[in-house]
Amino acid sequence: MGKYLLRRLLQLVVVSFVISVLAFLLVHLLPGDPTTTILGPNDTAANRAILMKQLGLDLPLWQQYLTWLGAIFQGNFGNSYLNHQSVTHILATGAPVDFELILISQTIAFSVAVPLALVTSRKPNRPLDNVSTTSTFGLLALPPFVVAPILVAVFAVGLGWFPATGYTPFTQSPATNIHQMILPSVAITAGSIAVYYRLLRSDLISTLQQDFITMARSKGLSSRRIMWRHAFRPSSFSLLAAAGINIGALIAGTFVVELLFAMPGIGYALVQAVEQRDYLVVQGIALVVAIAYVIIQFIIDFIFTIVDPRVVRE
Amino acid sequence: MPDDRELLDTGSSAKLLGDRFPGMAATDEQVVALQSETLDSDDVLSKKPFGFLFWFAITWVGLVFLAAIFANLLPLQSPNFQNYSALNQGPSSAHLLGTDDLGRDLLARLIFGSRVSLIVGFCGVAIGLVVGGTAGLISGYKGGRLDVALNAGSFIILAFPAIVAVIAIVTFWGQSLFHITIILGIATIPLMFRVIRASSLSFAQRDFVIAAKTMGATDTRIVLREILPNVIPVTVTFSLITVAGIIVIEGTLAFLGLSVNLPTPSWGNLINEGTANNALSTNPYIMMWPAMSMFLLLWSINLIGDRLRQRFDIREGLL
Repeated sequence: MGKYLLRRLLQLVVVSFVISVLAFLLVHLLPGDPTTTILGPNDTAANRAILMKQLGLDLPLWQQYLTWLGAIFQGNFGNSYLNHQSVTHILATGAPVDFELILISQTIAFSVAVPLALVTSRKPNRPLDNVSTTSTFGLLALPPFVVAPILVAVFAVGLGWFPATGYTPFTQSPATNIHQMILPSVAITAGSIAVYYRLLRSDLISTLQQDFITMARSKGLSSRRIMWRHAFRPSSFSLLAAAGINIGALIAGTFVVELLFAMPGIGYALVQAVEQRDYLVVQGIALVVAIAYVIIQFIIDFIFTIVDPRVVRE
Repeated sequence: MPDDRELLDTGSSAKLLGDRFPGMAATDEQVVALQSETLDSDDVLSKKPFGFLFWFAITWVGLVFLAAIFANLLPLQSPNFQNYSALNQGPSSAHLLGTDDLGRDLLARLIFGSRVSLIVGFCGVAIGLVVGGTAGLISGYKGGRLDVALNAGSFIILAFPAIVAVIAIVTFWGQSLFHITIILGIATIPLMFRVIRASSLSFAQRDFVIAAKTMGATDTRIVLREILPNVIPVTVTFSLITVAGIIVIEGTLAFLGLSVNLPTPSWGNLINEGTANNALSTNPYIMMWPAMSMFLLLWSINLIGDRLRQRFDIREGLL
């Protein structure tokens, strides 16, 4: 297993490097540069040249890239060209918001999808199963930008159960934080529930037709024990894979709810920085999001080796 | 038959993964399984006729398409015409779906707005299909170094969160319908490549391909006459699911104010307008119509893709 994980870790390092190049090229190859925004009305050719020199933007691309990467290894992502905030600070305040949103939404998704799948897969094509299978298909068609406004209208404006906007850090007031987080988290959950439920249900149905389940039944084990101890684990592989891949869709979702609920996450910072060509901020955010994504895949690979030891042998 | 069993397990997952994250699910084995579908519960469904819901979905997609194509011929106001004597009205005979806070006809905006979703969705996928699909078809059939390189490349690109790149490129390049279609189209290339490559690969060593080779068929002929027809079912269902995925991304961009420039309507920016400035409590219709239409469209496309997958499912035993 160690060998397998080592190989995956090596892949992770290589992919991270390529990602850093992509993040760098992404902003540098596109037209426009930050000098226009910084200089404003003083945007003359002479001023621009001086500024480019000051910011180090006149150097060859590879040199700029190495400088940037070298600084990152020392924990320095650089500063915003415009408000001079350090990118590390922007990430440190913004990332926890999105992380918490994703964490809560996934907790909700799993605690709805898993029990539902365990119940309905025992009796496929019965009314309960049909209703939940059809309705989760509907959930697939509910992207965050459709769900979120409806949730705000009903639960914040109409019923007044939750605040419509605002964010309080968890460390400041856990209760307020959770209260404010519920609507935005639920808004990005619909698709996840649908995917997890449908995956687990169909995998469970095929697992339940296998001989070892019949064996367990004939030993007289209780249904509950069979479902949790025998059927769940071999049916959870695609669920795991989906959870990893889902992160990509969730990141897009958090950008939407950040905007709607006025939460200071990194999506908001990213959109602003992109508009102002604030290179270092965009690069830093793109790099961190991409690497977080890759690391999550790695963690899931690790969980895979526990759930399904066969992957190591292949 | 333990081996078959495993294939089937991943098979049901591949199609469901594909529902939401096209392509990412597509390891080679999963695509193989996607083609020779399951013996599980879905087996019961696959024998059924398409059913009422399927035809309802087809009708809705057809209706949206017709309205979008013939929008100029329909007796509608201009979507940007502001009638200040009819602000925030509910549905009436003059304005079937009501008007917004600037007195613009909501039905006209809805219908003209659908063009953006449809063009971005279907043209975007077409770009992905032409480039990624062709590359995948050839790469899967030929194998070799090119295949290894393209495959690794697509993996790395997929590791980069598309939304971040799309936001950056759209902002830098300018927010026009043409640009957004191109960008989202390019974003689907690695997905299309992976799915079609895996499918092509699974047919490359089959007896009928080897037979064609033995008879001296050229590579071009084999790819076009032997492989392509077999890859089409997976491609069609997968493309539909991807269309739904792209429409969602366009909607997300529009909601962030990064899709087509205002005042051109798109469903995403209509929903955005309907939620801004307290519009939800003063006139919920602005948000409601595009949200409902979007829901129905995505639901229909997913459903059509799912039913076609069940229908296309060709089993060896039946041949």
